[in-house]
Amino acid sequence: MQLPPGLLGRLGPGPAGSPSGSPPLPVLRHPASGAAPFRFSPLAQSLPRRHPLFEDGDVQRHAYLQDVITQVSQVPERPRVAAFGCHVAGCQQEFASLEAYEHHYRALHTHVCSVCRRSFPSAHLLDVHILEWHDSLFQLLAERQSMHQCLVEGCPDKFRSSRERKEHLVRAHRYPPDFRFDQPRKARGPSRLASGEEAMEVCPGEAPQPPLPQASELRTYSHRIPSTICFGQGATRGFKNAKKRSNQ
Amino acid sequence: MWSHRSGRLRAHGYNLQEQRDRWREREAALRKARREQHLVSKRLLRDSDLEEARDEFQNKPLEELEVLHLLRMSQRGTEKEKEKALISLRHSLQHPETQQTFIRLEGSIRTLIGLLTSSWASLQMEAARCLHELSHADQPNVAEACLPSTSYLLTYLSGHSADFIELCLYTLGNLAVESEAVRRQLLPQGIIPALALCIQSPHAAVLEALGYTLSQLLQANEAPKEIIPSVLDSAILPNMLRLLHPTPELGASVAVEFAWCLHYIICSQVNNPLLISRGALSTLGLLLMDLARAASGSVDTGLDLLACPVLRCFGNLLAEEGAADAGVRADFGDERIIVAMFILMEFFIQHQPSLVPECLWVLNNLTVKDPGLCTALLSLDLVAPLLQLLPISRVVRILVLTILCNIAEKGPFYCQRLWPGPLLPHLLDILTLSDSEVVGQSLELLQLLFVHQPEAAQDFLQHSGLQALEKHKEEIDLQERIQALQEVALGGSSLVPNALALP
Repeated sequence: MQLPPGLLGRLGPGPAGSPSGSPPLPVLRHPASGAAPFRFSPLAQSLPRRHPLFEDGDVQRHAYLQDVITQVSQVPERPRVAAFGCHVAGCQQEFASLEAYEHHYRALHTHVCSVCRRSFPSAHLLDVHILEWHDSLFQLLAERQSMHQCLVEGCPDKFRSSRERKEHLVRAHRYPPDFRFDQPRKARGPSRLASGEEAMEVCPGEAPQPPLPQASELRTYSHRIPSTICFGQGATRGFKNAKKRSNQ
Repeated sequence: MWSHRSGRLRAHGYNLQEQRDRWREREAALRKARREQHLVSKRLLRDSDLEEARDEFQNKPLEELEVLHLLRMSQRGTEKEKEKALISLRHSLQHPETQQTFIRLEGSIRTLIGLLTSSWASLQMEAARCLHELSHADQPNVAEACLPSTSYLLTYLSGHSADFIELCLYTLGNLAVESEAVRRQLLPQGIIPALALCIQSPHAAVLEALGYTLSQLLQANEAPKEIIPSVLDSAILPNMLRLLHPTPELGASVAVEFAWCLHYIICSQVNNPLLISRGALSTLGLLLMDLARAASGSVDTGLDLLACPVLRCFGNLLAEEGAADAGVRADFGDERIIVAMFILMEFFIQHQPSLVPECLWVLNNLTVKDPGLCTALLSLDLVAPLLQLLPISRVVRILVLTILCNIAEKGPFYCQRLWPGPLLPHLLDILTLSDSEVVGQSLELLQLLFVHQPEAAQDFLQHSGLQALEKHKEEIDLQERIQALQEVALGGSSLVPNALALP
């Protein structure tokens, strides 16, 4: 196909180019145009997904998907580094590459609860944990209203107990009944955390009211550690482990 | 802009001729699958060192005891030892028989999930890679065996390293395309909200994986009812439109995935007016102009991979009711879009001829109700290049003639620019063909020309047009029109008044 010279120039340099070109010629349709036995009428056509016109492009697309093995470690500018250790003190992991370190850090040192040092896979799960495990008023309020949030991101439902929530997770969200990120409080073993904490660790229903000053103290700051901050003490545990630490 | 993220093509070790033969076989298989409506593909992530290390595990299947041994080793010893066992397991899982053996072992998936959710980042990664191999399997029972892991994969989408999230996404995408049963678990587990959160990521690899996964969901038969409405309601839509346009940071591969997503959404016709109101037509039109600028460099950079879905989205949205509004067309509805389409067609003739009909279909939809664009086509001297496309194929002939009809039906000012010119010899050529649909379309064009431009009829007669028409007199579908045209040409019909009253 031979295009007229200079055509590219009419395209202009970029998206903000102002529309150009001569004004439209006047339209004067003859009444007989397209009249029987003729049938033409200008029609914009929409094509369904499986239209024959789309066959070639679909074949190319699937060949692309099947052919291309996307390489995981393919980013060209990954620098090489000498072996180094995680700088969260107490964490003894060593790494030979930055991406392995990044992976480790994101897996274990983000979304960390400042009170019990457990790390969580997501901000949402951390928030739920802090609320249910370390908020002194939570147990009280939970007796009167539905406070246990659903663990699925985006689901607004709340429940009166963790058992009800688990039933909801299984029934409505088709989660496994033994979902590992749903740890009921009673499953925790005895722990020696801050003395202030102990009062809250007692099972609901038998504890005295937690002393108020502590409650307000705990509620005036966030329990979340920003991921840019590293504490000088103690390796962060995975959430499953209840390794004891002396409190910081 | 065109840093297409290169995946490596699988090295097969065939010579060039063998590769061509293999491609033809695969192409035939893909076409057959499409015609039978079960064209489904999965995507595989593999470590670069895996391809070179021709492990003995890859070539022969493992016995049950060997698999059991690897599973046990992955739970004992130091982290390094566990990791090593998992790597060997992963290599072995490339073999379909080993996959079957693995999923039959009691507790095997459970073990993998335990490692996936453990505190050791390296073990998490290796366990995820094993699951990914399984998700890519052809046999449905292998992929479905991965179902217990999906709640964890989804949880990790909202917080982990980019590499890990990418892997989880591809695994989820492979599983999503497997069956409706799988999707009936993924949807209630919240895959759409999880993707809506994840789409905020700045990482190109994550976004490309997300686009892939979303495209797999959107192709489901039940998508128009079960999936697309919630996608349109979510934060996915505005981000998708933003990500259509390649940037130096993100490359073109991301845009390719989201363009296919948009194509599936538009074809479902769930809410195309919404897309238009969010500026999708402008985005697509401006993107086509950018693609044309890139195409004029004439190097094959995989541009067709992006152009194909973009053309389809653009073409289908143009067919919507609201698409003809001047306000909607303000950004792209001028001669530049016509220029872009022709530059793209010239590029595709060389590099991807199958896209030429798609471009022509878009041109049809552009020119239908748009005198401005028809005028542009004429004043830019693009009729002759358009006619040069006629020999390509039957479909192209019909589309070119239809576009010319769009122009001619707008009246004498348009017909004057079509005739005299190269149109006559081409039409006479077409009349020698025996394809009645093509000939029929040329008859329509002739009538529009004769009606608005009486000199055209005279010219036609002088060039033995009547004889050319005679050839088709016996065709049932063409008879009436041929007779009417003959009458018009000979001046004996009331179809054409003696003089057209012009203002």
